[in-house]
Amino acid sequence: MINKANLFAGAALTGGLLAAAILGAFWTPYNPLQLDMLNRLGVPSSANWLGTDEFGRDVLSRLMAGATASLSIAAITVALAIVSGTFLGMLAGVTRGWAARGISAVSDALLAFPGILLALTLIVIVGAGRNGIVIALAIAYMPGVMRIVRSSVLSAREREYVEASRVIGNSELYTMLVHVLPNCLAPITVLGTSMFGWAILSESALSFLGLGVPPPAPTWGNMLASGQPFFEQALWLSLAPGICISVALLGTNLLGDALRDRLDPRMAAI
Amino acid sequence: MFRYFLRRTLMTGITLSLVGITVFFIMRLIPGDPASLMLGESATDEQLQILRGRWGLDQPLPVQFGYWLASLLSGDFGVSTRTGQDVLPLILDRFGVTATIVVLAVAIAVAIAVPAGMIAAWRQNSLTDVVAISLATLLLSIPSFWLGLIMLLVFGLKLGWVPVLGFVGFDGDILRALSFIILPVVTLALIEIGVLIRMARASTIEVLRLEYVTHARAKGIPEWKVLVRHVFPNAFAPTLTLIGLMLGNLLGGIAVLETVFTLPGIGKLLVESIFARDYPVVQGCLLLTATVFVLINLVVDLLYPVFDPRVTVE
Repeated sequence: MINKANLFAGAALTGGLLAAAILGAFWTPYNPLQLDMLNRLGVPSSANWLGTDEFGRDVLSRLMAGATASLSIAAITVALAIVSGTFLGMLAGVTRGWAARGISAVSDALLAFPGILLALTLIVIVGAGRNGIVIALAIAYMPGVMRIVRSSVLSAREREYVEASRVIGNSELYTMLVHVLPNCLAPITVLGTSMFGWAILSESALSFLGLGVPPPAPTWGNMLASGQPFFEQALWLSLAPGICISVALLGTNLLGDALRDRLDPRMAAI
Repeated sequence: MFRYFLRRTLMTGITLSLVGITVFFIMRLIPGDPASLMLGESATDEQLQILRGRWGLDQPLPVQFGYWLASLLSGDFGVSTRTGQDVLPLILDRFGVTATIVVLAVAIAVAIAVPAGMIAAWRQNSLTDVVAISLATLLLSIPSFWLGLIMLLVFGLKLGWVPVLGFVGFDGDILRALSFIILPVVTLALIEIGVLIRMARASTIEVLRLEYVTHARAKGIPEWKVLVRHVFPNAFAPTLTLIGLMLGNLLGGIAVLETVFTLPGIGKLLVESIFARDYPVVQGCLLLTATVFVLINLVVDLLYPVFDPRVTVE
């Protein structure tokens, strides 16, 4: 009962934001970068549903463009983390010897850093901005994926059905892709959903700090940061992006819970 | 038991060495020569040569690592290129601010969330349970820095109950010091309550199904005693691990919250140092927070047998 409600609410919230993000890539009510100095800090009205910001730009248009930026950054980050983590995890699980130990050691060391801290530091190396965020967050999330894949591969490697696949003459690579890898599909789907939420949160945090996507291009994080000085006169500038981030996180959290219940029968009853 | 302790401690030692190697390489990956990074732009050629010689930058990497580690172990974390302060006392001082807030917030969150999660589990699928779990999921979906902004607006600006900016230490007026940190503590506690309620509830539900709980009830033990004496110890073990991870994560990761509340914590120091290219401080912050994270996990591992003695068995 709760699970179904979770799935429905999570899918609705996430789907709604995705739709807004896709729409925002092609159409917004106004140009999100269009300045209008005569209409600064305008209160929400029929012309500007969510008001205007300190440069007279339409907040709703900027939120939609921000959704496009935030969600695409999160999606690319998660895809990169999953692909690289799966590759390295398989490598560490399949091969024995120094390569495997080296990969595992590096990932264990990376896991010893609190998440956002590692991303912050990696940004120093790769540089701030959109690409910097994607690379830094992907590297920060990669060890988690790697750990799951490696342990699935290690436990599946010695099973009879995997042994059987080798015995009938399938190549090692084919055996891995067809018989071993599907084992980690469920945990990776669940982790990927959570990572999508973390990526949205981390991106907005980094942009809020000024290390992310630079203005004037809108993201939810840098909108919050630029609205902060005005929150006495123009509360909507601080409320709107924050609510968007919360809705995105709530959506992915609910979806993640529902997926975990579906894909991991042990958890279903809880 | 002793072997378990020894193995955990040894593994922590290995992880710490890996952390050291990682930080060493991260600092080497930053574009530019480590000596000029450490001395800043105002350094003269002569100073650079002296430092390059001292760090053996003309030597192979493993030797350089040796020099680097030796100076760290002797307590020499370098000097801030921005202010000229010694890094080690600076980061320890800032870390104290962060630790005060994080420990208070987590303590409050545990005191509220663990009983709440257990009650929700005990009355699984009741209205109480649905309300608790929905509230928890909602709380953990709010970004801490946004909740902080809203709290600042409501309690600082509109109601004027607490000061909006700044921080004073605890060596003077305690009440005044508390008034500066109460909002960040409450903000952080609210969000962590969300995370902890879900964990406490899930692990309590698993334990409540076990036969020994039915057995305890069948013996006629009062329900509160079953929960406190029989269910709690087993249900608390996974939550303890989460608390450890949470403490470690927060001690390094509340940079944004500290920026919102203008608190001189280690996260804010790190962000400022990144902007100022003050790499000795960046390196110090990284080393300190990662070490604390690893050590907290060690403490959790060592405490674990108190709640679940099975883990000491091979």
